[in-house]
Amino acid sequence: MDLEFDERYDGFRQEVRGFLENHQAPKRDDAGELRGADRRAWLSLLIEHGYWARTIPKEYGGYGAEPDLLETVILDEEFTRANAPRGTNLQGTSMLVPTLLAHGTEEQKQRWVGPTLRGEVTWCQGYSEPGSGSDLASLQTRAVEDGDDFLISGQKIWTSTADKAQMCFILVRTEPDAKKHEGISYVLMPMDTPGIEVQPLETMSGSIGENSFNQVFLTDVRVPRANVVGQRGEGWKIANTTLKHERASLNDNAVGTFERLVRLMNRETQQGVPAMASPVFRDRLMKLQARALTMKHHSMRMLTCSLKGESPGVAGLVVKLQNCQLSFDMADLAFDVMGELGSLYDHAKYERERGWWQAFSFLALGLIIGGGTAQIQKNIIAERGLGLPREPKPAKA
Amino acid sequence: MDFGLSEDQQLLDQTVRGFLAEQVPIERVRELREQGCPNDRGLWRALAELGLTGILVPEAQGGSALGLLDAALVSQALGHAATPAPFLSSAVMATVALRASGGAQAEPWLAGIASGEQVVGVAATERFSVREEAGLTLDGGRISGKSLMALDAFGADAVLLAVDADTLAVVRTDAPGVSIERLATVDATRCTAEVALSNAEAAAVFEGAGAAITRMLDAGRIALAADTLGACESMVEQAVAYAKQRKQFDRLIGSFQAVKHMCSEMIAEVEPARSLLWYAAHSFDALPDEAPLMACHALAHIAEIGREIASVSTQVHGGIGWTDEQNLHFWFKRIANSRHLLGGPEHLRARAAEIQGFAPAA
Repeated sequence: MDLEFDERYDGFRQEVRGFLENHQAPKRDDAGELRGADRRAWLSLLIEHGYWARTIPKEYGGYGAEPDLLETVILDEEFTRANAPRGTNLQGTSMLVPTLLAHGTEEQKQRWVGPTLRGEVTWCQGYSEPGSGSDLASLQTRAVEDGDDFLISGQKIWTSTADKAQMCFILVRTEPDAKKHEGISYVLMPMDTPGIEVQPLETMSGSIGENSFNQVFLTDVRVPRANVVGQRGEGWKIANTTLKHERASLNDNAVGTFERLVRLMNRETQQGVPAMASPVFRDRLMKLQARALTMKHHSMRMLTCSLKGESPGVAGLVVKLQNCQLSFDMADLAFDVMGELGSLYDHAKYERERGWWQAFSFLALGLIIGGGTAQIQKNIIAERGLGLPREPKPAKA
Repeated sequence: MDFGLSEDQQLLDQTVRGFLAEQVPIERVRELREQGCPNDRGLWRALAELGLTGILVPEAQGGSALGLLDAALVSQALGHAATPAPFLSSAVMATVALRASGGAQAEPWLAGIASGEQVVGVAATERFSVREEAGLTLDGGRISGKSLMALDAFGADAVLLAVDADTLAVVRTDAPGVSIERLATVDATRCTAEVALSNAEAAAVFEGAGAAITRMLDAGRIALAADTLGACESMVEQAVAYAKQRKQFDRLIGSFQAVKHMCSEMIAEVEPARSLLWYAAHSFDALPDEAPLMACHALAHIAEIGREIASVSTQVHGGIGWTDEQNLHFWFKRIANSRHLLGGPEHLRARAAEIQGFAPAA
């Protein structure tokens, strides 16, 4: 058991901290995003110093360092500590770029990787469909050959940032007669192509919180066949390798939320008595603290597995399930502490923290469902983690 | 950065689990429950030969002076096998208290624990829960009063008493005025007793032992959390194994989502709790300022997940899980009884809040 970073990382941490003290990051908009020329200049500066796109090869616009997980962790920690913006358009940088580097043609890499890293091109992800949620591989959006092009028709949903992105990486069915996992292709689609209609999808968050989901309607959208990434019909495999590129990081988000809960419980009073003086609320707070500490230390164990190149096995499969539920449960205690004033909303008089806990709770519920529902997670844990048998296929009627 | 068990610790874990699987299978536990005290001296000596009873004892007294994380792994293995043994009392709590108290008075007892010749029970319940007018008084080297639910005191050579918040004492169980009555619980794998003293002579007294008592309780709580976590691991393993071989409606029951999700929910609690336990045990030696809080949280959290896992694992087994024959109840009852032995979850969370200044001291 050794909880310290190796000494050789101290210098790197000091260097990053020094950079952040000497460089003023540009201002972010209300959604917390950098925009326009500011974004391009800031990201280019970060790439030049190796604080962004650190391990992407130089010839594709990155910094070209050898992968080193602890450097990534230190960068995350220091940028968070300084509240400085770093990653932007995560669909593009953490999903598309690794996919292109692994499966793209030389021309595709040259054309898209650098501009994506510098924030010149942003991406949305066209995966889910109204009829294909948990069973994503049943997707029906089809691409029909027409000369050197495909004509894409269908409907996508949960397409965040589709209203702003210039490009979409989309899964489409190119081989309608193949088995469901084998007929899918991974295609790069410009969002300004005729035949694309984007409609905002209002979520339960309403006017607060993340609110950039969309539905995308596609009618004979013409995309060159050269925009297929990898082989035709291998889109399912390609999309799945991308999902494995999720970065390891130390996660003490729950501890941060816990500290916010403590401040809330000291501040909120009923009959003049702070919530923290209530043994019932304190007991619930302590239950949540134990869970937050559990997941913090579990993330340290997961990071160690990544550093050693070991698979954490079933211990890794349970992380998403636990973290999402913990966030939701922390918001529940906050609501009960705020009582009847906790539902105040939209700048109402006496509103609490500008509705932060409401937004946090809605988002947490969304994350319990999104990216694989809790029930799908439990199937994966049982089948891949514990070796329980798959559900038999129902007999065809 | 290396958050995990060292190679030595992994080897220790495998060795102890292998030994217990071979020497104390559940059939042996069934035999032991028929005896007046399930703690078996032959097993205690065998654990001593493996160097386990003296795992926390200083080398000068014949121990191996390892850390609490090492001791927790042994405790976890004992819970996993549902083995009756006075490890929590003698090898963890009494050893930590005697080490912290120090001095020549402590050395013979430490040496006796390490060699396997002595079993030292622990009577400390009243430090966190006074029931039935229990309590001890010390006057001129003689002790009177009673202590309930004393760990492994029945059949022991001596008992370490937390007389009050600042005083520890040792009494020999064969001294005049010492009466020890077994208090049988649902848990056949752990031995608890009432220690009643009437002007009994103390073999050793440690004044100013407040810090030693705190350390003793912290270590005990972490080791007990490990014991419960080990029992949880076994119950999950048994449920998963059963779900892979039991057929109903022409299917293995493990292929039903309802059963799968029960198993997933159990392992989703066990794996992160292992990380919490490792950190808590590590903090006891490396980050002692954090240990009291971590000890409370580790035991409270693992007691809570333990209650749920004990129930769910039994339900995965269906009716057979409820029978004596299936043996599952040994773990179920060990988890249930352990929940309150060193302070229940509500008490531990109140203490955790108090440690952090969230609540006025009780």
